[in-house]
Amino acid sequence: MNTPRRSLLLGLGGAMVAGRSRLALAQGPAGDRRLVVVLLRGALDGLAAVAPYGDADFAALRGRHAPPEPGQEGGTLDLGGFFGLHPALPKLHALYRADQAMVLHAIAGPWRSRSHFEAQDFLECGATQRLSDGWLNRALATLPPEPPGAARRGLALGIDVPLLLRGPARVGSFASRNRTRLNTPLLAALARLHRTDPQLGPAFAEGLRARGFSAAVLAGQEPPPPGTGSFASLAGSAGRLLADPRGPRVAALELGGWDTHATQAPRLIGELRALDEGLDALRLGLGEAWSQTAVLVMTEFGRTARINGTQGTDHGTAGVAFLLGGAVRGGRVLADWPGVAPGRLFENRDLAPTLDLRRVVKGLLAEHLGLNAAALLRAFPNSRDADPLPGLLTEPA
Amino acid sequence: MTLLAAHAAVRFGLGARPDMPAPADPAAWLTAQIATLPELPGPGLGEIQAALRAQRRDIRHPGVGDILRTESTAWATRMITARRPFAERWANFWTNHLTVSRRAFQTAAWLGHYQRTAIRPHAFGRFEELLLAAYRHPAMLSYLDQTNSTGPRSVMGRRGRGLNENLARECLELHTVTPAGRYAQRDVTALARLLTGWSAGRGEQFREEDGFLFRAEAHEPGPKQLLGRDFPEGEEGGAEALRFLANHPATYRALAAKLARHFVADAPPRASVTWIEDALRNSRGDLSVVARALLAEPEAQRPLRKVRSAQDFAIAVLRALGFGAEAAPVLLATLTRLNQSLWNAPAPDGWSDEAAEWAAPEQLMRRLDWADELAGRTTAGGGADPGALADTFLGALARGDTLAVMQRAGSARDAIVVLLASPEAQRR
Repeated sequence: MNTPRRSLLLGLGGAMVAGRSRLALAQGPAGDRRLVVVLLRGALDGLAAVAPYGDADFAALRGRHAPPEPGQEGGTLDLGGFFGLHPALPKLHALYRADQAMVLHAIAGPWRSRSHFEAQDFLECGATQRLSDGWLNRALATLPPEPPGAARRGLALGIDVPLLLRGPARVGSFASRNRTRLNTPLLAALARLHRTDPQLGPAFAEGLRARGFSAAVLAGQEPPPPGTGSFASLAGSAGRLLADPRGPRVAALELGGWDTHATQAPRLIGELRALDEGLDALRLGLGEAWSQTAVLVMTEFGRTARINGTQGTDHGTAGVAFLLGGAVRGGRVLADWPGVAPGRLFENRDLAPTLDLRRVVKGLLAEHLGLNAAALLRAFPNSRDADPLPGLLTEPA
Repeated sequence: MTLLAAHAAVRFGLGARPDMPAPADPAAWLTAQIATLPELPGPGLGEIQAALRAQRRDIRHPGVGDILRTESTAWATRMITARRPFAERWANFWTNHLTVSRRAFQTAAWLGHYQRTAIRPHAFGRFEELLLAAYRHPAMLSYLDQTNSTGPRSVMGRRGRGLNENLARECLELHTVTPAGRYAQRDVTALARLLTGWSAGRGEQFREEDGFLFRAEAHEPGPKQLLGRDFPEGEEGGAEALRFLANHPATYRALAAKLARHFVADAPPRASVTWIEDALRNSRGDLSVVARALLAEPEAQRPLRKVRSAQDFAIAVLRALGFGAEAAPVLLATLTRLNQSLWNAPAPDGWSDEAAEWAAPEQLMRRLDWADELAGRTTAGGGADPGALADTFLGALARGDTLAVMQRAGSARDAIVVLLASPEAQRR
């Protein structure tokens, strides 16, 4: 790792590099809690990621698309007798078993838009209208200023600062050089668009091949080449940056590829594996600081409860979120389960929302970063109808 | 945006902008742009000379770099914000035809000045005036090693200096008659002799208006014969020779083919070339007449067949996204990243205008990466509208399947990536 360059990126002085020692670590500034938000853009299918195998109506709903139950070959990973975690998430499952990961199900924001673009903006700005800044930034803005010489408290991972982290509080940003953010299905769609062009088609295909995306990879028959899934490397970098005693405390990452309208099952395997490995890389990067960390994984909405005509799912309403980290009181699924019987579905198509995402975020901001009621309302305007959810952490601030 | 308006913006212009409504009458909009380009402010000859002198004293002196930065930023700003995009494209075409590259170290300070004062004022004038203005400019004179070319029998030549054929050879091969003009080595030598003495001044010696200096003591005495014609001794002999070459039938044919290759297709139909060639001949090289003829050329109304160069692509994307002067550094950095850094063509024949150059695997991947970064920047603030962007960027040129993939994309960012990296986005 290139320490001087990294310091530069964070706006740190040389003092930090020279003073990197055990002692400095022990004497780290107050407020050592770390918060990481992972945005899953494209809408993760909550019923595929966390299957309610204990719900008698689930098998009928998804038919042959319902995954095998825990204990069977290729079966889900049991989360306590009713829900099963997708088998492509084994590391997350291990954290769950170590009481360091929590599943939040039938969760949704207050919006009912099924537009990705609109819902992602709402998810990030924390309101049901478009604002020019994000709730995470507004939350940071309520905290006292960083100690002199320390990095900006907030850190955006990737080339750009997402709406989530935009606003009055200044934040740092970090991008790794290896940054093929684009997911395989999107690349495959672009390759298809080029195919009929006699000049651009072959060149585009060859360009992708040179980057490790062969026809078989694009068709989803083979996994993408190692190293192209930059999420794990970016998440690892995030972890190491956050681990620094004078480094940032809050980071936002994003991962796309969840918009599974067709052949969902094979596509989700790769995407979920990338998420699982990324979260693990984040944990490893954080090292000892993991014990003071909470990671929120969220998506803009869930997907249709039923499988559509192309073995996929369409835009829906409620879905799943994850909360993990050493600071999290995990090992449980938090859900007021609405059921998936036909009459129970929202608008007869989606999993019905029973938990407001804002309650979870507000609870997290209150218990983890110590935001008071006024600060919470600044982060989430007009959210008096969404009380902070208590008891998310082992040791609330 | 209608198909005709999209054609006007993409084939003939630099790409549409959201704040410039699509013209109701695209043909009239284009024709109205055919008028002498306005003079542009920028570093003058004195400033450039001073910077070059300072750099000769101390290679680390920032003067030349500052001038290049000022000029390239001004160019980039002009490209992104131009309201006469066809006129700007036209000027870029002639700048590329008469390429000067900063790969020749000493030309860097002159490049902006060259385009502003030698190319642009003549881009809608006579080709012979354009050629002369370029050949009298210090940028061209130093790029093609003309400044010290000396007639062997001149005063200076008798002291042991000699000819440099570079400018004469490129003149015949690239700028005027081309090998189709069937010139021989003796013609190259004759033109080189005709041009001896054509130099750029230093200090106080140069002509204030163009930096040109005719050094009589380096000029080869006596008449010379070029392509079977006699030309007199002196500065005027060189100028006459250039006018003769500029209006040579082979030059008209070569220019017509190059214009057709740029605006119509890599391998333009013969009718296309003939159409433009006729306009050149009938107007005796009046480029405003040629521009009007090109706009009316039937083949230039057909579906787009060209692949955008990196420059065309980057400019069009930034325009469609509504960027302004603040994006000038982005454009310049992007051109470098896409292997077409400004005023830095690898050789005197300029940047390639053919698909073989630009429809290349790594080129397309880099465009894709850049599209993703820009899309990220555009959507990070929220409220992005990929549909509206598609209408500005491609209008009726957008294919149904591209729009369908955009609609299914998992985020506004992905939708914009699909749009900017689509095959039709690479066409003009």
